[in-house]
Amino acid sequence: MQQVLEQCEQIVTDLSLASVRRWKEQHPGGKAIGYFPVYAPAELIHACGMLPVGLNGAGDRLDLQHADARFGSFICSIVKTTMEMGMTGHLQPLDGLLFSSICDSARNLCFVMKRNFPQMYVDFLHLPHNPASHASVDFLRSEYQRLMLSLEVLGGEAPAQGALEHSIALYNRQRGLIRRLSDMRSERPHLLPASELYLLVRAGAFLPVEEHIALLDRALEALPDRAAKPRDNIRVIVEGAFCEQPPLDLIRLMEQAGCYIVDDDFVLGQKWFRQDVTPDGDALGALAESYVEHSVYSSVRHDFRRPRFQGLIEKVRRHRAQAVIFLIAKFCEPAYFDYVLFKRELENIALPHLLLEFEEKMFTFERLRTEVETFVESLLFD
Amino acid sequence: MTQPKSTEYRGQIHQRQKELMLKWYQRLDSSAHTGLPPSVSLMISGNCVELLEAFDAVPLYPEINALQLAIRHQSLEPILAAEELGYAADNCAYVKADIGSYLKGITPTGGKLPRPSLVLCNFVGCNTYVKWFEHVAALTGSRLYVLDVPFCREAEPSPADIAYVVKQLQELVSVLENITGKKFDYDRFREAVRCAAEVEELWSRIKHLARRSPSPFDAYFDAITLMGPLYVYRGSPEGVAFFRAALNELEEKVANGEGVYEQEKFRLVMEGPPPYPYFRTFRDMFAKWKATAVASTYSTVGGLWEFGDRHDPDHPFESVALHMLSQNVTNRNFLQRYDQIQRYVEEWQADGVIIHFVKSCRLFSAGQGDMRDYFTKSLHLPTLYIESDLEDPRYFSEAQIRNRIDAFFEALEHSKLTGAAHPAASA
Repeated sequence: MQQVLEQCEQIVTDLSLASVRRWKEQHPGGKAIGYFPVYAPAELIHACGMLPVGLNGAGDRLDLQHADARFGSFICSIVKTTMEMGMTGHLQPLDGLLFSSICDSARNLCFVMKRNFPQMYVDFLHLPHNPASHASVDFLRSEYQRLMLSLEVLGGEAPAQGALEHSIALYNRQRGLIRRLSDMRSERPHLLPASELYLLVRAGAFLPVEEHIALLDRALEALPDRAAKPRDNIRVIVEGAFCEQPPLDLIRLMEQAGCYIVDDDFVLGQKWFRQDVTPDGDALGALAESYVEHSVYSSVRHDFRRPRFQGLIEKVRRHRAQAVIFLIAKFCEPAYFDYVLFKRELENIALPHLLLEFEEKMFTFERLRTEVETFVESLLFD
Repeated sequence: MTQPKSTEYRGQIHQRQKELMLKWYQRLDSSAHTGLPPSVSLMISGNCVELLEAFDAVPLYPEINALQLAIRHQSLEPILAAEELGYAADNCAYVKADIGSYLKGITPTGGKLPRPSLVLCNFVGCNTYVKWFEHVAALTGSRLYVLDVPFCREAEPSPADIAYVVKQLQELVSVLENITGKKFDYDRFREAVRCAAEVEELWSRIKHLARRSPSPFDAYFDAITLMGPLYVYRGSPEGVAFFRAALNELEEKVANGEGVYEQEKFRLVMEGPPPYPYFRTFRDMFAKWKATAVASTYSTVGGLWEFGDRHDPDHPFESVALHMLSQNVTNRNFLQRYDQIQRYVEEWQADGVIIHFVKSCRLFSAGQGDMRDYFTKSLHLPTLYIESDLEDPRYFSEAQIRNRIDAFFEALEHSKLTGAAHPAASA
């Protein structure tokens, strides 16, 4: 298990995208498509014989030399580090970039990238915001079709018969394993800390899905044999870090301070569907329908039939959480907005909550440590 | 340098605009007291006010309320009230001012604003707006409908994009029938679309008057005066009459050779919304240099008609859909905005570009540094980049902005006199 985790940490913290380079060496002429958070239909990219790569910023491993001047003040870090990665050659192994309608900054980033990196295929996917409309699934299906045609042009060939069904089956398996690991984490959090689950899941953003499945299988197998005793920690849900990712040390810090993180929205795109996608004859349509009907709730997906604060309350109940920690990336407007209504609902059910703000590039955590420790103590000794 | 006596055009248009906007607020007040006319809150950009006309419903634009509060120096109190509720310092201050004023019962005119019969989020590119409307619905208990408009990710909307929006507009008709208790009047709708097309033609002709030198009006600061009626009355005969009168008045100014100033010294393109809490101060910073905005992107938030697009009464649903999809600056992509500005510079013969980054609005502002890079390095256009906010008075640094504007014009004046390159148009 330790070996698997070390491998994951190396992949996740490697800015050179070595795993992508390796895949390209093994697949001469193969294309790699990066996608900006939160969700992207990786199955479509995979079905076209390409490697989907989930981008998650650069953490504290890249100094901003150029991107600050392009994006100015009050813009979140991940937008700038993604731009910086492009301007410093770190995205060189990628042949394309995919963005979607998550927020206004990411929307503009897509087109700034398009101008600055004309050699790359850069596309924007409009994921629908009105699932109540009967036209929503049809629209998304046509959007996916458009994406596939563009990928075909880029790759020079159409996907083989049944390729999409095959890709969907693989990604179903990957998400199924992540769901199983997540359930185990919630049931026995002492056996699988969130900081480790995070590494296992996030590694899948870079690895070919087949390799990631093998890795998750190994982890699942090793888990019951781990020697760890339950501690007197509080069960918390972490909410708000669905796009820019917190430093790994910050997740570890919360755990050291006495939290069992029983659920979180880190790298949310990797666990986007609540259930398997069932192709049933029309694979493209099934993928579209899954987005409209079976997505997890998220601050960047709008479904006015089901307010997302209901989703949070359900999550709290399902995981028997004693508190919620809002972990929000600085300048992340979708998370800031949701905090207001989330907070209102939690106060209605008298559930304690704490708001923390982070930036991916932060490296000292003393203030946050004190806040979390004080919060945990207030619950333990209440 | 002496300050010009009057920097603002105050003809009949101005008076008529005030009357029309007051009448709108009276309708909203009546709706608040009696429930009639029913009110529907919606977003200015890519709105479908023509559909509301068909149901005799009055539009309620939270943005207009927010900006009216800011321009009257009343925005800070509601912003602070919203922050107390949990909104962040970095949330859009338009939203905070609107939510805070709802909580505190503050309105721009002192009259009442209704609890909307429907909160209709016409989502055109601004993700913040979806949150805003979700929150309004959650706080007021009003019904919410999000009309999803695919973003302009390619040059033109696809047939699938248009079909998707038309289908939702038709679904919205049922929602409106349900809420108002009225049957949809297709002829009224067509008539509203016909009025809109006429208003757009008149507005476009007004915009083109700014190509003259001197320009008879400022296409940023004065255009804002015209924008209120444009949003509220676009689908009505009153809107047509207003814009016809406005065009006549401005054409007369052109015939008399009258500009914004006795002598127009600089012609500018303005990018980004204005700092409403310091609207007058900001305007005077440009007036000092007798600089006229001949075009602005902000005045195309409601609709981008100066390049020929119009509503079409023969295809009312499709043309409303197209308006939402691609005929407003908000739903167009960032590079299309670069092209729009470039076209203004060339066809409206501008000397430079002012980019006003507003903290609240990432849709407008995220990436404007790249825009400046493109204008200065690729197009060699004198470009000034300044930062403040459109609603929150705490982010306007007057001395700093004034210094930057003065320095920009000093260099522009120098380069005009000597033919030397402007330092903000470097290679």
